[in-house]
Amino acid sequence: MSLDIVVFGAMFVVTLGSALAMIFARNAVHVALLLVLSQVGLAVAFLLQGAFFIAAVQIIIYAGAIMVLFLFVIMLLGVDRREALDEPLRGQRVTALILGALLTAQVLYVAWLGLDVTFAGGGQEAIEAINSEDGNVLGVARVLFGRYLLPFEVTSVLLITAVVGVMVLARRIYSAAPPPGAERPSEEKEAVA
Amino acid sequence: MTEVPPGYFLALAGLLFTVGVVGVLIRRNAIVMFMFIELMLNAVNLFFVTFARMQGNLEGQVLVFFVLVVAAAEVVVGLALILLIARRRASLDVDNVRLLKW
Repeated sequence: MSLDIVVFGAMFVVTLGSALAMIFARNAVHVALLLVLSQVGLAVAFLLQGAFFIAAVQIIIYAGAIMVLFLFVIMLLGVDRREALDEPLRGQRVTALILGALLTAQVLYVAWLGLDVTFAGGGQEAIEAINSEDGNVLGVARVLFGRYLLPFEVTSVLLITAVVGVMVLARRIYSAAPPPGAERPSEEKEAVA
Repeated sequence: MTEVPPGYFLALAGLLFTVGVVGVLIRRNAIVMFMFIELMLNAVNLFFVTFARMQGNLEGQVLVFFVLVVAAAEVVVGLALILLIARRRASLDVDNVRLLKW
């Protein structure tokens, strides 16, 4: 009983602490590494709740693949860029902090209302039964390839669209390299939009 | 499985989402803003897993899977766009991208 609470507390502090530190970190690389730490903490949260497969996928895809892609782009563009501190929109940061404080107050209020909610349906026991009987991976696969088969197939269209889109974007950089200093407004419009 | 009630996990997810929102509003570096969007998606994943535990079926965990696919596609296209914009402007500041602004 007590070990659970210790693990949860450590996970809570690490996840939320690294997420908060992301706001204040100056260097983009530090932000990326703090996000990795936060995602590892979330994987622990998934493990605690019996989502073993999702926890592994979280580490491999999020903390691994996606964050490596982020770091790759940061390195490509140069790590030593400083963020501008002036505000083109006047009062943007102050307004953002006020709105963030409001949102935090709302979240805390709702959490305080429902912190010790338990469920009559015995949801936790059902998950435990699936995990100990067939295993988590088999259970997820049954739902994914059963009821959610059509959405699963449709996501392949999404992935192919993303791949084709990125290929189009990348081709433009290398094959049609503009002469140095030349601005081509028509292409710029497309890239911004 | 844990004896910590689901409410605590939901509170953590809500706070993480709030941090993501504030980060997107405050930071101006395009890549950093993108990372805060990832943080918000992660918070939603925690919501899904916790609700799956509350409901007692695995559909929430399957939905996390779909969120993951959408996030991967979004990151790939978004980072390609950021790379193109940054090459053209020599800056990652989102306030410099205002060609369509009147």
